[in-house]
Amino acid sequence: MKGHLGKRILQVIPTLLLVSILVFCLQQLMPGDPAMVLAGEERDPNVIAQIRAELWLDRPLPIQYLHWIGGVLQGDLGFSWRIRQPVLQLVATKLPVTLQLGAMAFAIAVGIGVPAGILSAVKRNTKWDYLANGIGLAGLSTPNFWLGIMLILLVSVKLGWLPPSGYVPLSEDWRQSLATTIMPAFVLGNAIAAVLMRHTRSAMLTAMDQDYVRTARAKGLGEWRVVLKHALRNALVPVVTLGALELGTLLSGAVLTEQVFSIPGFGKLIVDAVFNRDYPVVQGVVLVTATIYVLLNLLADVLYVVINPRLRDA
Amino acid sequence: MRRLLFAATVLAGITPAAVRAQDAPTQTLRIALAEDGDILDPTIARTFVGRIVFAGLCDKLFDINEKLEIVPQLAASYEWADPKTLILHLRPGVKFHDGTDMDATAVKYSLDRHVNLPGSTRKAELGAMDQAVMVDPLTVKVLLKTPSSPFVAQLTDRAGMIVSPKAAEAAGKDFGLHPVCAGPFKFTERVAQDHITLDRFPDYWDAKNIHFARVIYRVIVDNSAKLANLQAGAVEIAERLAATDVGDARKDPKLNIMVFPSLGYQSLNINVGNGPKSKLPLGASALVRKAFELSIDRTALMQVVTNGLFTPTAQGIPPTSPYYAGEVKPPERDIAKAKALLAQAGVKTPVTINLTVSTSPDQRQVGEVIQSMASEAGFDVKVQATEFASMLSAEGTGDFEASGIGWSGRADPDGNLYSFLYTNGPLNDWKYSNKDVDTWLDAARATTDVPQRKALYAKVVAQVEQDLPILYLDSNAWITGASKKLTGFRPIADGMVRLQGLELSK
Amino acid sequence: MAGAIPKAHAAQSPTKLAVWRFCRRPAALIGLFIVTVFILVALLAPWISPYDPIKTSWTMIRKAPSWTNWMGTDENGRDVISRVIWGARASMMAGVVSVGIAAGIGVPAGLIAGFVGGRTDMLLSRLVDAMLAVPNLILAIALAAFLGPSLQNAMIAIGITAAPVFMRVSRGATMDAATNDYVEAARALGNPAWRVAIRHILPNIVPPVLVQATLAIAGAIIAEAALSFLGLGQQPPAPSWGSMLNSAQRFLTQAPWLAIFPGAAIFLCVLSFNLVGDGLRDALDPRGK
Repeated sequence: MKGHLGKRILQVIPTLLLVSILVFCLQQLMPGDPAMVLAGEERDPNVIAQIRAELWLDRPLPIQYLHWIGGVLQGDLGFSWRIRQPVLQLVATKLPVTLQLGAMAFAIAVGIGVPAGILSAVKRNTKWDYLANGIGLAGLSTPNFWLGIMLILLVSVKLGWLPPSGYVPLSEDWRQSLATTIMPAFVLGNAIAAVLMRHTRSAMLTAMDQDYVRTARAKGLGEWRVVLKHALRNALVPVVTLGALELGTLLSGAVLTEQVFSIPGFGKLIVDAVFNRDYPVVQGVVLVTATIYVLLNLLADVLYVVINPRLRDA
Repeated sequence: MRRLLFAATVLAGITPAAVRAQDAPTQTLRIALAEDGDILDPTIARTFVGRIVFAGLCDKLFDINEKLEIVPQLAASYEWADPKTLILHLRPGVKFHDGTDMDATAVKYSLDRHVNLPGSTRKAELGAMDQAVMVDPLTVKVLLKTPSSPFVAQLTDRAGMIVSPKAAEAAGKDFGLHPVCAGPFKFTERVAQDHITLDRFPDYWDAKNIHFARVIYRVIVDNSAKLANLQAGAVEIAERLAATDVGDARKDPKLNIMVFPSLGYQSLNINVGNGPKSKLPLGASALVRKAFELSIDRTALMQVVTNGLFTPTAQGIPPTSPYYAGEVKPPERDIAKAKALLAQAGVKTPVTINLTVSTSPDQRQVGEVIQSMASEAGFDVKVQATEFASMLSAEGTGDFEASGIGWSGRADPDGNLYSFLYTNGPLNDWKYSNKDVDTWLDAARATTDVPQRKALYAKVVAQVEQDLPILYLDSNAWITGASKKLTGFRPIADGMVRLQGLELSK
Repeated sequence: MAGAIPKAHAAQSPTKLAVWRFCRRPAALIGLFIVTVFILVALLAPWISPYDPIKTSWTMIRKAPSWTNWMGTDENGRDVISRVIWGARASMMAGVVSVGIAAGIGVPAGLIAGFVGGRTDMLLSRLVDAMLAVPNLILAIALAAFLGPSLQNAMIAIGITAAPVFMRVSRGATMDAATNDYVEAARALGNPAWRVAIRHILPNIVPPVLVQATLAIAGAIIAEAALSFLGLGQQPPAPSWGSMLNSAQRFLTQAPWLAIFPGAAIFLCVLSFNLVGDGLRDALDPRGK
């Protein structure tokens, strides 16, 4: 087992290195000269040349890359070309926003997905099962940004219950903060709820077939008690493992959702940076996101191995 | 020294201490910005939206008024000693946010910084300047390389913003992270893509006209969200509302929706001389361009896209400008004549035109409407929605046939014409070249006589409307929404939110 | 999940068995029906759409749904239902073509990685890890911007972005199959590696790839809509559901029908592909989740 984990941890480094190279090259592929964007409406050729020199854009690509990655290894992600704030500082101000959104989305996903999964496993092949399945699939099939638009239309414009967009930090006013994040969190959470529901369902079905559950039943314990106490406890472990993975996709989903709700988080930061050709921000944010994703993957792997002794020798 | 300072404040007509003694303002003003600005350093800043924040942060040597006239701000007055020597008389007793004096040293320092700082985007605006010389603590002499009548107008914008030399020296290139100027408010905080907070500067030279303790600029990109925030009272002013929202917004009794002309325009820039794409029928033949123009109904276009709020135009000079050439009007749509011109040009119809527009929904719609209108005259317009950064590069390298990048506009007509139309002008990406136009543009720079300049610009505008390297569509309008409780907003064509005089009733 | 398999069927060919299992799921059949309807709508668009989808009318701007225009008209006076119908073409194409590209890159890569193993596998797997670690949409935006905005390029961008998943799926299936006795036997008999791969392993990875492909079409349709929503997909005036949503954004309060109908079309289409995908998974691989 140690060997397996050790190998997985060692894989993290080349993966992240590849991510950094991939992002770096991708940006170079995109048309549009960042110096031209930075030179403003006047686009004076001398100014463009100066900007290129200052930002090392006139040097060979490998040198540019080494310059950047060298800084990263020393904990310096560079600064935003557009507003000159250090990327690390931008990440530090934006990450909490997306984390709050993510945590709320995940809570919503667990709150909907797990009970629905249990229900459909216990009542398998009844109308409840089909209903839960149908709702789950519907969540999976709705484009995030469209659901966002529809919610704004219904809840904010028609009913006037919640602000349509914007963001208030938790520290400033927690009620306003929840009011501004609940809709986007639901949009992000409902797709994950569907995935969690399916995992819970199949894990529950497996668990309910196990000997100890049958024993518990044979002892005459009430059906719901058996389900909740014996089956669920065992079924929840793989669900939590897979949940960690889903958190990674959540970061990806936040990109458009934040755009629709004008939430100043990671997703909006990166989309704007891509369109503004703010290379250090794109590189820095993707690297941070990828690191989180890879670490969550690793965590899921570790959990899985710990739970599933059979895999230890694999 | 103390006596000198006192004398200076008396001269300025107001003692800041007296203002401080009165009840200091306590209210907060919240302004919704349509996008996030860039770096807050007047020397390297480049976005329009950044200028709105600068209006609260950094005073300029001069300002413009409703009639686009130049009025004093940090400079009390100016005079031309000769066509190449501009004398600036500074306002006495003005302080920077860090308490240092705004004097001739600071003005010379700032102008030099605008010209010399690597990456400065002011360099072109001050291109005519040879050097700035300090005459006495309140007088600066600016020597020009060549006579340039638009030069003073350049000082009404970022190029005229004066920064604290002490703070700028200390911060170097990071000055924009905590700018120190001489405006009514000082920098407090910025959270990128979210908000910028400024707090009242008690020692501001015009403090009596400032009625807020704090200004918060909030970034709200989405149009409907911006309006919703205004309606809910979460902001007091919202700049650049969508034209299509004006109808709804005007029904709200709590709101004051102001529509006023801007300095900028929307246009189709046609590649007439930059690389192989200029050899296509549209770039090669002025007849084809005229036919294209005649196939477009500008009034209907503006009706569809902006509910008729933007005015059709056929020139780069804004209608509010005293230099506006009234005789050059956009022609009426004329399909028959367009077809005749195409026949005269001897091109095979349909004539294919690749039109590049940005990916924003309203620009796409402009493309679609033109596509539909022009098809009736025998044009096959292919609309290419391209993200802005790619569009800029394509324009620069001549990889475009027609491209829809507009211009935010400048107070002096030179700023709207010269760079775009002068042979090898810095923004003349379509490489238009006409010897007469060059001569007229140069002549208009060389004189400060208004009627003479007006006559020269009229010739330029008429010639361009004939050659059509730029097909002007409309002159834009600003749509600013404000709470009815807010008074003192000045609708000036540069679209800035001037904080002097703004007041919020309780 | 499809329940115990009756003995009578156990003897039949796997394909027949799968079809039988699939047909026992009403949800999957409904999904298949809707998918078929959408495909027909896309193919027959020129004949069934009531109006020309790009015909503008300056007197019919943003009219609410009515008897003449069932889904209303858009900001250029074009008939929305006709645009939704023609938009089905763009979305279906985007779904099928980009998944074709994804499978075309991912399956051979997975086959090679799983079969050859060693350093090749190591390298390909790390690359896949890296691509999966970058937010999907960012990858697609960058690729789409690089290739230039058009529907074709958006499909290529989405295809490349989706390829890693196919590589993972087929690599796993290849490694499973490679341990089979008959594959080892075929190798021992001196058959060249490529023949073993194509003859004996490829058939084993078809079922999981087919399931993945159906689900990926659903994902690709959403991805195309997202790119077009950002203005990087279908070019005006041709409609796609995503680009219709892009322009609808400006008129949410004044003309909500502009956002409702194309969004509903995406939802229904994606949902039915997901239903079919689920049905296929249960039918082809009863052990799976």
